[in-house]
Amino acid sequence: MQQSLALGTAAVAVGGVATATAKPSFVADADVSSPSWLSQKLAEASADTATLDDKLTPYEHVTSYNNFYEFGYNKDDPAKHSDTLKPHPWNVEIAGEAEKTGSFNLEDILSKVELQERVYRLRCVEAWSMVIPWIGFELGSLLKQFNPTSRANYVAFTTLEDALQMPAQGNAFSTIDWPYVEGLTMAEAMHPLTLLAVGLYGKALPNQNGAPLRLVVPWKYGFKSIKSIVKIEFTQKQPPTSWNILAPNEYGFYANVNPEVDHPRWSQATERRLPSGLFSPNIIDTQMFNGYDEVASLYKNVDLRKNF
Amino acid sequence: MPSTLWRRVILAVLMLAPFAWISYAAVTQQLGADPAKTIVLFTGEWTIYSLFFTLSVSPLVRFLKWRWLMPHRRMLGLFALFYALCHLLSYMVFILGLDMSRFLSELAKRPYITAGAPAILILIALGVTSTQGMMRRLGKNWQRLHKLVYVALFLGWIHVLWQVRSSYFDAVLYGVITALLLGIRLYWTAKKRRKRGKKPLSNC
Ligand code: HEM
Repeated sequence: MQQSLALGTAAVAVGGVATATAKPSFVADADVSSPSWLSQKLAEASADTATLDDKLTPYEHVTSYNNFYEFGYNKDDPAKHSDTLKPHPWNVEIAGEAEKTGSFNLEDILSKVELQERVYRLRCVEAWSMVIPWIGFELGSLLKQFNPTSRANYVAFTTLEDALQMPAQGNAFSTIDWPYVEGLTMAEAMHPLTLLAVGLYGKALPNQNGAPLRLVVPWKYGFKSIKSIVKIEFTQKQPPTSWNILAPNEYGFYANVNPEVDHPRWSQATERRLPSGLFSPNIIDTQMFNGYDEVASLYKNVDLRKNF
Repeated sequence: MPSTLWRRVILAVLMLAPFAWISYAAVTQQLGADPAKTIVLFTGEWTIYSLFFTLSVSPLVRFLKWRWLMPHRRMLGLFALFYALCHLLSYMVFILGLDMSRFLSELAKRPYITAGAPAILILIALGVTSTQGMMRRLGKNWQRLHKLVYVALFLGWIHVLWQVRSSYFDAVLYGVITALLLGIRLYWTAKKRRKRGKKPLSNC
């Protein structure tokens, strides 16, 4: 089933009997430059056939309302100031507790995985949310290729650190100690929902959305989904994560979407699904694990109030 | 004096311009995906700017002899109240969808909001008592009451400080300005007290 999505018009994902034709369902009418090998790969991504009742957030909002503090503190800064980022060529270092480690070119990494379209809800800890058709591959399918050892209990991720490409990293008033770092347990990393994305709306990731490679963990608050990844490391101990270092009482390592555990600044019981109008704010109830109940089994023995 | 009237009109237009701009942008849907948050942040910023302008009048009159500013201080203060009310209302309507029980629980639960509330109450009290009649009726107490504007500014700063997330910039900048304005006022008060101590009959 194919349909193209004109910029700004939201459509509802159509699922059911669709056979997985190689072509994403939602393609923005936008101009994102990407090398031809990547454009081709993106165009061959299999369409998402899962039924999701949520309305997509229009492309223009997905790409103009971003938290990416490497490019500034306002939501529109990343879209305005991320031209300095050079996403190609791009290398990712694989390190730590694995048989195979080293530096790998993004093109080589992508040649060994299948790209798929996945429409996911994204819930930000600031109590707003979007619905985005990502294009990416299962993180697990990549991690397996490096044969992690039995000591690999966690996976740590690092964003690029380069104040020339990411100007706000040079800002003296930043609370974040660059580079941005994030982490997952091995089980979370291997879960089939966990995605490494290289595109959205059928196009390559715009710089402000974390080009050329970013994590997408749909049942966790958005800050876990680290952008512009340059390093993936298998670790034995729980790796440090940026927001947790900054304010451990506000941001936990797990950061699972949980309407019952309040953040000191924002109630997590509800969310504004964007775009949200002014006089009829689109306020909806937040769901446990952002509605991805299939991950509940990962936390059977975890007290989610303590491990927020 | 006609020039005072002209200045009043010009200042009023300048102070209304941000409100006009954000209203226009909201109506024409130029505020992006989350206009609610944009408006709350914008009106909050203009509340604190208006307070800065209001409290800069005395120092500017004393240090730079900009005496023409003095007659406009009340209007600047009323604009602080205006933007504070816009801020509060846009939060209650656009973010909370007028859910009053949510509002009360947020008020109780979030220290940064708890700090902002008395600041708005102070601004309302000062706005209500800003007329000539009230000034006469309250006499000496009027001055005492209106010193509370510094408490409102300080609480406003605490409100911003407790929101710091990715950058200290605003909190530090506002803190420096607040400390400066408050410092000047405290210095003047201390000086006046000292003078009064020496010459108990002088009244200035
Ligand atoms: C009951 C009173 C108040 C309430 C409920 C309130 C609520 C809020 C909220 C919800 C935000 C946005 C938080 C977010 O990022 O999601 C905010 C931001 C802000 N408020 Fe208030 N506020 C109040 C009083 C005040 C007062 C009196 C001032 C100024 C003196 C003020 C100045 C600001 C400023 C400057 C910001 C923006 C901070 C930034 O740019 O990050 N607020 N307020």
